[in-house]
Amino acid sequence: MTDLVTTTDRWLKRRHASEWRFRAYGAAAIVVSLAFLVLMVASITMGGYPAFERHSIGLKITFDEKVIDPQGTRMRDQLMAANYTKLVRSSLRDHFPDVSGRRDKRKLNKIVSSDAGYELRDLVLGNPDIIGTTSQVWITAAADSELYLKGYVDKNLPQNQRRLDDLQIGWLDTLTANGQIKSHFNTEFLLSGDSREPELAGIMGALLGSFYTLVVCFVLSFPIGTLAAIYLEEYAPKSRLNRLIEVNINNLAAVPSIVFGLLGLAILLNTFGLPRSTPLVGGMVLALMTLPTIIIASRASLRAVPPSIREAALGVGASKTQTTFHHVAPLAMPGMLTGAIIGMAQALGETAPLLMIGMVAFIVDLPTGVTDAATALPVQIFLWADSPERGFVEKTSAAIIMLLTFLVIMNLSAVLLRRKMETRW
Amino acid sequence: MNMQVSVSETMVSIPSPDIDTKISSRDVNVFYGDKQALKDVSLDIPEKQVTALIGPSGCGKSTFLRCLNRMNDVIDICRVTGSIKLEDQDIYAPEVDVVRLRAHVGMVFQKPNPFPKSIFENVAYGPKIHGLAKSKSDLEGIVESSLKRASLWDEVSDRLDEPGTGLSGGQQQRLCIARAIAVEPQVVLMDEPCSALDPIATARIEELLDELREKYTIVIVTHSMQQAARVSQKTAFFHLGELVEKGETQKIFTAPGDERTSNYVTGRIG
Repeated sequence: MTDLVTTTDRWLKRRHASEWRFRAYGAAAIVVSLAFLVLMVASITMGGYPAFERHSIGLKITFDEKVIDPQGTRMRDQLMAANYTKLVRSSLRDHFPDVSGRRDKRKLNKIVSSDAGYELRDLVLGNPDIIGTTSQVWITAAADSELYLKGYVDKNLPQNQRRLDDLQIGWLDTLTANGQIKSHFNTEFLLSGDSREPELAGIMGALLGSFYTLVVCFVLSFPIGTLAAIYLEEYAPKSRLNRLIEVNINNLAAVPSIVFGLLGLAILLNTFGLPRSTPLVGGMVLALMTLPTIIIASRASLRAVPPSIREAALGVGASKTQTTFHHVAPLAMPGMLTGAIIGMAQALGETAPLLMIGMVAFIVDLPTGVTDAATALPVQIFLWADSPERGFVEKTSAAIIMLLTFLVIMNLSAVLLRRKMETRW
Repeated sequence: MNMQVSVSETMVSIPSPDIDTKISSRDVNVFYGDKQALKDVSLDIPEKQVTALIGPSGCGKSTFLRCLNRMNDVIDICRVTGSIKLEDQDIYAPEVDVVRLRAHVGMVFQKPNPFPKSIFENVAYGPKIHGLAKSKSDLEGIVESSLKRASLWDEVSDRLDEPGTGLSGGQQQRLCIARAIAVEPQVVLMDEPCSALDPIATARIEELLDELREKYTIVIVTHSMQQAARVSQKTAFFHLGELVEKGETQKIFTAPGDERTSNYVTGRIG
């Protein structure tokens, strides 16, 4: 009788063992790659989340009319030009009257942001009636105070090896004890542009720069890429030239991105004289880079449309163009869009070509269009990672979090879009 | 060699006087690259009859069918010589617009291939691109009458908005027939329309062919000799790219003039 159960057979045992081994290897590979991913995300999140918190110091400010507007004209020019920093300083001295000597006074002034005067100015410009009164105002803490308040300063180090000395730490502790320090969500980080001061630097400028760059990139590369793919796949004769073009498109997809940057520098900036550091040029360079990706993905999705659909359309007397645009292209559209979004995600993370065309500049103002000088998210990360101030470390991680968030959103939308359009029937 | 002679003798069969020739082909040769797929095929297709093209796989019957509405144009390496005339007009003449030709010579394919659109859109597409309907109600009329002629109307009249791809295989093939006849062709070419269908769906299509030939000239390629015998009035037997024998279906099946035909219809070669 045939025995299908006993496993004493040497070959059978070996076969089972090898199958089990293979599964174990596969599972191990997945565990290892997941572990790396978790490690990366965790370390970035740990490093970056403090950047979304910031501290303000509440000071009683006397809006002295003699300092702000001695003539009492309330003219805008006068209010703009007044020395508000003086108000901050005198308020600080009122809080800590026993501080004496120029050096200690300077130290005291350094616990609030150098931007504090502008914050008061904006307050006064918004509400001139405040002049002559005294009120509690929340002022941004300096980057070094911020670090101490977040617990990054080790008090056991000798004074000369840390950014804040014992006096400053003592003042901050006093303010904390008096309830004059509060922490809140850092909306400024999301809404403002870059700055030399870590406590004032924001991501919005880079976000807008990336957005404008991607818009230019998409507007250029999607129509050109899909039309090229449609022509090559549906119309072009299968000739030697066509094969040569195909090989070269594949090669182009493998060209290092910095080469495209050099091309942009040499041709777009130097020959055509387009404005340097702008999303317009950045988008054009990135479009060159994403074109091969879009063409390859679009051709693949056109090829996946069954030939029977083309025959059906031709059979009822549709012309070649009608067949292509009424039937083939709509069916290939989900694949084309997916390719485009993946190309855009690649472009979003690209740094090297943007360095070449000058989008690496330090730009404080938020860009308002594609011809304004701007920087982009990955370049901003590069810039902040390069800055010596301790406060930029968490900003760098926070910017990476933003970049990864947008990448995930884009890739997710590619998946969702494809699923939605494919299940239409 | 002497078989060739006997073929050309049977070829001069004079069509009965009350039947007009719809398509006449003379000395048609088709090459795929260096390979010759059809050799000197001369065949007349009579109007408003069903002509069956039979023969073993790779004999060129589908190739010949696809020459009749120039579907072979799509294939880059395909070359056609000789003449094919649709009512005295050479369809391979350079001035012929292939799109208009295909509106006159419709086609139904081996595998049902409805567009991934609604049933209505499937039928309405042809009339739309050829501008056959002047208004929306006009178009709805065309769709309804086409579906009725394809005997599909009763099954789908209440769900015209549903996808054509959701129908059963037999229904899909009838939808394709409705789509083909919606543009009012003179000739309908069918390339093994039942090979992907079960026997019941096949029987329905065969019944349909009988009704359709009152209005259209039909050329059908089939693998099944029983089907050819059931549905066709004329039969042409192809073998290795040659047209071996043609004539009345009954004669081909009962008294074939060529040894190869007799071997094929009796199942000795296939």
